[in-house]
Amino acid sequence: MNFSLNEEQLMLQDSVRKFVLAEYGFENRQKRQRSVPGYALENWNTMAELGWLSLLLQENYGGFNGGARDLAVVMEEMGRGLIVEPFLASAVLCSSLLQRLASEAQKDRWLPQLASGETLMALACWEGSNAFDLRRVSTRAEKCDAGYVLNGTKAVVLNGAEADWLLVSANTERGLSVFLLDARQSGVQVHGYPTVDGGRAAEITFRDVRLPSTALVGAEGMALPGLEYAVDLATLAVCAEALGIMQTLLEKTVEYSKTRQQFGQPIGRFQALQHRMVDMFMECQQARSILLMATTSWDDTVRSEEERRRAVSAAKARIGKAGRLIGQEAVQIHGGIGVTDELDVGHYFKRLTVICQLFGNSDRHLRRFADASW
Amino acid sequence: MNLTHEEQAFREEVRNFLEENFPKDIQQKARNHIPLSKDDHVRWQKILFEKGWAAENWPLEYGGTGWTHVQKHIFAEECAQAYAPEVIAFGMRMVAPVIFTFGNEEQKKRFLPDILASNVWWCQGYSEPNAGSDLASLKTTATRDGDDYIVNGTKSWTTLGHWADWIFCLVKTGGPDTKAQESISFLLIDMQTPGVTVSPIITLDGRREVNEVHFDNVRVPVVNRIGDEGKGWTYAKELLTHERTGIARVAHSKVRLRDLKKLARSTPSGDGTLAEDPIFRHKVADIELDLLALEYTELRTLAAVSTGKAPGPESSILKIKGSGIGQLIDELYLEVAGHHALPFVPEQFDMAFCGDFVGPWYAADTAPHYFNYRKTTIYGGSNEIQKNIISKFVLGL
Ligand SMILES: Cc1cc2nc3c(=O)[nH]c(=O)nc-3n(C[C@H](O)[C@H](O)[C@H](O)COP(=O)(O)OP(=O)(O)OC[C@H]3O[C@@H](n4cnc5c(N)ncnc54)[C@H](O)[C@@H]3O)c2cc1C
Repeated sequence: MNFSLNEEQLMLQDSVRKFVLAEYGFENRQKRQRSVPGYALENWNTMAELGWLSLLLQENYGGFNGGARDLAVVMEEMGRGLIVEPFLASAVLCSSLLQRLASEAQKDRWLPQLASGETLMALACWEGSNAFDLRRVSTRAEKCDAGYVLNGTKAVVLNGAEADWLLVSANTERGLSVFLLDARQSGVQVHGYPTVDGGRAAEITFRDVRLPSTALVGAEGMALPGLEYAVDLATLAVCAEALGIMQTLLEKTVEYSKTRQQFGQPIGRFQALQHRMVDMFMECQQARSILLMATTSWDDTVRSEEERRRAVSAAKARIGKAGRLIGQEAVQIHGGIGVTDELDVGHYFKRLTVICQLFGNSDRHLRRFADASW
Repeated sequence: MNLTHEEQAFREEVRNFLEENFPKDIQQKARNHIPLSKDDHVRWQKILFEKGWAAENWPLEYGGTGWTHVQKHIFAEECAQAYAPEVIAFGMRMVAPVIFTFGNEEQKKRFLPDILASNVWWCQGYSEPNAGSDLASLKTTATRDGDDYIVNGTKSWTTLGHWADWIFCLVKTGGPDTKAQESISFLLIDMQTPGVTVSPIITLDGRREVNEVHFDNVRVPVVNRIGDEGKGWTYAKELLTHERTGIARVAHSKVRLRDLKKLARSTPSGDGTLAEDPIFRHKVADIELDLLALEYTELRTLAAVSTGKAPGPESSILKIKGSGIGQLIDELYLEVAGHHALPFVPEQFDMAFCGDFVGPWYAADTAPHYFNYRKTTIYGGSNEIQKNIISKFVLGL
């Protein structure tokens, strides 16, 4: 088994790492995150230029044809920088969904625009309190002469207010379907807001939104596997992001414990803290291993969907657990300064907490893993 | 718990009193997880004062309630049930006991009545940027100049210092040769004195709760020193372990668990609700058991106190377990909120907010609360320090 990164992955890692180091200081990040639209356009353009936005796209759309391991390489480094650009929303969720679901004509039209960053898309697929259950959709698209009429409400759409186009899941007569529509179309009401981790999301309501039949993405009623695929890949992406964050928190905590003096010595001299940092270290290592297992399974096309699901949930369940421990310990060992807005540690902790929640928490994935393992 | 007739009657009395006197608008806020204002706290404390219930931990002679430990427990439980906030500790529970135990008659007369009546808001100035767990290494100096001390230095993490009229401080009075613990004095400082400035520290929930307090040649009359010069450390320490009622926040956690279960019954999960989910049920039950045990640990501790024994270092158990349980409950609230824990819309925390809520009302504060309440294992002597206390003074290690 080959666990080391290949030439291309090393280059990719290097370029994201350099970008984060050079352009993405914590203060800059905080400034951008508080601005409108919540991120920096010049960063977004850089990401497009460096080819990251087309990472997952096939070569005939100008893409890198990247797999889960390539994505993990990028996301881990982005996690280290606490990136606020809508990479996950647009370049992961929407790109992979379109690629999986859309017709050739739709792909020809949209994928290059996603790759160049000129179009920003968001995926609106969760509702009400049905936390991360893709099948529970009460949004409906009724057939009419010219196409469909869409009605419903979507919750916590990542980067929903900044997106130009929306991918929306809705039930039709034939079952779960996905539509692509202009976010500024009449009848679409978008209520954007910041999220607790410095990101952006929106509640979106569709009231008698008229759609041409070309708005349907792929075949009617056949959207679930595609949606699952996209969300599973995004789940792996945030697992990798979490790994970058956990690694950073571990490093920062160890570093801090060597400099912070109490009782006439660095707090890192106290064994009570040493062992806990060792636990953090071990959790990071275990997280890295399970992520490697999951991304390798994903890229191994021989595996069945069932196995893929099992691998993704294994990673999410474990990393959720590791993330909770590492986030909480990092704050605790920093003491009072750890719960302040001023220090970056608290912001890594916040993003990690959100990732633990995102796409279903540890328990949900533990259940899914168990269901796929018996 | 088996209550006597009198205790049962007391419970009724407290319940009725709360029903009639605890302001409904404050209750509404507390129930909806909207932060209370200074006025809310003061208004409620004054109502308690009128009733004679402001100071459950004070001796009768200064205006305390004279309650037994069971009565205190009942009172805490009923208050939590009604969402009535706990009395802010700085005046009533922290500085007042120092004053009535170690202060002179003059000081008692001058300070205690206003604390009891909630006329004056106090804050605690112990910690400094470089003196947290190792409090004795504090650097703020008080240099004698005639009938005054001249105070210089910075206090940090001063909770609600921006609302405070007075601050009680540990300051360094000894020369450089004095042993750390013997050079610390206990000083009361009027926040209006020239040279005192307060600057905010924003916490992870995005709010202002803590501050830095700077002293730049602040003149403080020597009569504001409690007890002897150089004995401040002893006073502060003795009181730290003395009265720890409520630190475990058992009643509060019970109510939060009860509300959580209610929410879980209407939260979808899989093909049913979260309340039917075996993993979730298991986690809730586990916390409930720990809480039950803690309730009796607290009662045992209080019973020992009421027979005249100081609770001593065992009371650290209450701090460690109580804060840990509270934080586990915070995590469960996050789970119930699901993706609705993500939105951060601070306007919603304002009573006057009239826009559309994002997600269910209870979800808005779940993440900020979880982030902010990591503090409970850090402040008031971190859990690591509490464990050091137990290992040293209880286990003799
Ligand atoms: C929200 C908040 C409100 C506060 N309010 C007040 C207030 O009103 N007034 C006030 O005076 N103070 C207040 N504090 C300060 C609080 O008491 C200190 O933060 C606390 O004592 C810890 O000190 P520190 O933050 O400097 O952490 P440090 O002392 O630097 O500790 C860092 C880490 O090292 C650990 N550690 C330190 N020593 C040891 C040891 N010997 N063995 C093992 N582990 C150790 C700690 O447990 C912690 O995990 C508040 C703090 C917070 C966060």
